[in-house]
Parts: sequence; structure tokens; C-alpha cells
Amino acid sequence: MHLAYPAVLAALLFCVGVYGVLARRNVVLVLMSVELMLNAVNLNLVAFDAWLRDALHAGQALTLFTITVAAAEIGLGLAIVLLVFRTRGTADVDRITALGDPAEAADETATEEAQAAA
Amino acid sequence: MSTLLAAAGSLEPAVRSFLSPTGQEIVFLLVGIAVLGAAVVSVTTKQLVHAALWLVVTLGGLAVEFLLLTAEFIAWVQVLIYLGSVVVLVLFGLMLTRAPIGRSPDADSGNRWVALAVALAAAGTLVTLVVDAFRTSWIDLSPGAGSTEATGTYLFRYWVLPFEALSVLLLAALVGAIVLSRNGKGRIPRPRPGKLRTPVRSVTAASKER
Repeated sequence: MHLAYPAVLAALLFCVGVYGVLARRNVVLVLMSVELMLNAVNLNLVAFDAWLRDALHAGQALTLFTITVAAAEIGLGLAIVLLVFRTRGTADVDRITALGDPAEAADETATEEAQAAA
Repeated sequence: MSTLLAAAGSLEPAVRSFLSPTGQEIVFLLVGIAVLGAAVVSVTTKQLVHAALWLVVTLGGLAVEFLLLTAEFIAWVQVLIYLGSVVVLVLFGLMLTRAPIGRSPDADSGNRWVALAVALAAAGTLVTLVVDAFRTSWIDLSPGAGSTEATGTYLFRYWVLPFEALSVLLLAALVGAIVLSRNGKGRIPRPRPGKLRTPVRSVTAASKER
């Protein structure tokens, strides 16, 4: 098999994940896009392991480790998302701006108060 | 570098052409198109639950690609962990954050076109680079390189220390998730011996109910 096929597929899948991370508004969907990017990296690792025929099988071992770390990441990420949802009442990335620029946050709270008043 | 390339599979651009694909390549290409299409639908659909279900198609197709690359064990680990647990976790996350079931018009944020431009630019750059670099590289696929026996051998002979460190990491993640999702307010006061807080009547009623 040509190495170009899995490499191109992994690159395209990674870019789809990049689009998802940048364009989605719901936190859970952003986490899903991160999973897509991690899977693209896994495909690359497996393909290059099959190509290089490493005696230690570093590519496949690293793929297994990546899958485990991704599982831990999504567990912790969803716990944080649920905590944010319980305290703030929203899972919207654009509206969780407590750690953002103070000027923008002040603007946003002003507009929210204006909306609430109206 | 040349020794590395010489060791890494054969380089025979004259023999292997892209115009006469093997059966494996055809299957890989078809499954790859399905994977890519499902991924695109998954990041663009307005129905949030459907996005998670299209993610199932993407991850399952990637398991098939792993099988085609002779990494059998990783393919089944992918099915078990991604399809079995990660997607279920994502669905639970969508439900617990009260995601709307129908179409939600505000699923995409306002910077969608910037994101599209960034993704297209990254895709163009990466695909050009990768095709230019690996146009002539050929993978000699031989079955058995990713079987369970081979996986166990390399994992427990060469990668034991990272494996154990990873188990500690999983334990830390488990404890962290429990601590984060624990509700601090709903702590039940434990009655101390000698000071019975609940009335005696209800305790005897409860014991009679048992």
C-alpha cells in the first residue's frame, strides 16, 4: 500500500477536527472534534509503524497510549464541562468568558444585562 | 537518513503506480472516503445528537483502516474504547448539559468562516507536503505485525514502564473526575454515637420496614 493514502487521510481528518474545534459552540462538540484530531494522529502512527517496521513497534505502542490518554482526557473534560454547566448554566464556549479579557467581559455582561432588562 | 529510508520498506516508484491500485488500496480508499464524509457531517450538522452518532461511523471506519494496516489489536481497542466508552460518555455529556434534541441553529459560532479558511489552508499545506514527501514510499504489509501476541510481546517487554505510568495516570484521572463531579453541598451529616439526631420513632419505623 502506498504510504500516501493513510498520510493524506490522516491530514484531512486532522483538518476536519481543526475546523470542528474552531467553529463549534457547544463544549461537548469541541471535545468530539478533539477526539477526531487524536484519531488522525493515531492513523498516522499506525501507518508509519507499518512502514518503518520498527523492532520495538513504537508506533503501535504509542497509539495504545494515545487511546488511553484520550479516554482519560474525555472523562476529565466532561467532568469539568458538567461542573461548569452546573455553576454557570451554560455549555456554550462563547459565553464562558470569566478568564477572558476584562474589558470584553465587562462589555458582555453589560449587553447581557441590557438584554435581561429589555 | 538514507540508511533509515533503505531500512524502511522498498522504494520502487517505477513498479508501484497510483494508477494500478491493489485491492487493499481500493478498500482503504473507499472506507477513507466514508470516514472523511462522516467526519465532515459530524462537525457540521446542526443536530447535536446526530453529530455524536456520525462520530461513531467515523471511529468505526478508522477501526477498519487499522485492520487494513494490519494493526488488529489496535483496531479492537479502538472499537472497545472509542465506540464503547468515549461515544457513550459524549452522549451522556450532551444529555446532562441539556442539549436540544432537534435542530439547534446556534450550533456553530460566528467565526465559522475563519475556521473554514484556517482548516482549508492547513489541509492544503499538509496534503501538499505529505504527498510530496511520501509519493514513492511503499508499505510492505505482512500479517501478524499487530496481532495480540506481537502486541503483548512489545508492550510488556519494551514498554512496561510507560504502561505502568499510564495506569497511574488513569487512576489520577479517575480520582480527578470523581472529585470534580462530586456535589459538595449534598453531604449527609453522619450521626455520632451517643447523640442520635433523628427522632427515635422514625428509626424504629425504618427498622420495622426492613
